[in-house]
Amino acid sequence: MHEWALAESIIMAAVEEAQKEKLKTITQVTVHIGELQQIEKEIFLFALNELSKSQKPPIKKDAFLLKTEKSTLTCKNCGETWKYSDMKKKLNETETESIHFIPEVVFVHMRCPRCGSPDFEITKGRGVVLSSIKGVR
Amino acid sequence: MEPRTSVIEKRLKNIDRIIAVASGKGGVGKSMVASCLALHLSQKGYQVGLLDLDLYGPSSHIILGVKNEFPTEEKGIIPPKVHGISFMSIVYFTEEKPAPFRGVDISNIILELLAITQWGSLDFLIIDMPPGIGDETLDVIRYMKTSEFLVATTPSKVAMGAVSKLLNILIELKKPVLGVIENMTMTDSSFIEQEVKRLQVRYLGKIHFDEILEESIGDPDRLSKTQAMKDLKVILQKIKL
Repeated sequence: MHEWALAESIIMAAVEEAQKEKLKTITQVTVHIGELQQIEKEIFLFALNELSKSQKPPIKKDAFLLKTEKSTLTCKNCGETWKYSDMKKKLNETETESIHFIPEVVFVHMRCPRCGSPDFEITKGRGVVLSSIKGVR
Repeated sequence: MEPRTSVIEKRLKNIDRIIAVASGKGGVGKSMVASCLALHLSQKGYQVGLLDLDLYGPSSHIILGVKNEFPTEEKGIIPPKVHGISFMSIVYFTEEKPAPFRGVDISNIILELLAITQWGSLDFLIIDMPPGIGDETLDVIRYMKTSEFLVATTPSKVAMGAVSKLLNILIELKKPVLGVIENMTMTDSSFIEQEVKRLQVRYLGKIHFDEILEESIGDPDRLSKTQAMKDLKVILQKIKL
């Protein structure tokens, strides 16, 4: 249920933004979920809906639009690009669980499939991002 | 839009005091001071958390003898209690493997840890800082606004050169500095005391070099009985800890 903590951060950020924009109701919240964080989408959505109750401004029922984003990892040493899912099967359960909590520990548990370097970057699909909110003024 | 920054204040709101044990220089005993400070406060009956933010070289878990522990998941992650201390470290997720992180990754890890860790109600959260004034120090200043700094140095002029820079930036940013601890002293030199006072920072005293301290690492009961711990307690009394 670490998804709950991430959902809480989305709700708080959406409400802060809505207050800044002087919205009376939040009608849509778009969230991108990066592949690396391996979020349980159903639990995350349940947490978002539960936490969205009694907010100011109110958040409309079913306002959440979740979009999954595939990852792109790029090696700084040789330029190779790959997806987390391409290499996930080489990791054990403890390693994938650790990446679920802290996506950056991918640098600890994974290496570039071409040159073996740990010096790569997450260019896409890291974690949870609040992409946009819509509402009524 | 970065959502995690919004929730950090809420995660820290039930913590009375945050004390970052810092130094401009590595190898001066920050982790030892931070771990012993956390143990001391816990033994006094306070609710204490210890956050090891030395992401490249975490070592508080070695000092406290933390083995086979892992946070539990409940609306975030709850640090396990180790010798009465709620202890959080990157080591739960990296095991003992090397951690080759770049600056942007460091900031992301700190944000993630602060956003998902459920500390609950604490009297003190002690932070074991990495050396220097890089990402971790700047992020603690940015996201943990109530942090107070306890600075450690050795008697070395080389260490004090780097520590002076840390003190200067903390002074410039108007961050509270509890004082400077001179660790691993072997002589009665007053060089560090003079340098610290010149910067108008409180000099707290010396922890004498303790030859048997190394043997106590990993065993908090033995650690609590060392001369180094006794020296530290004398110092901490001066700042009512």
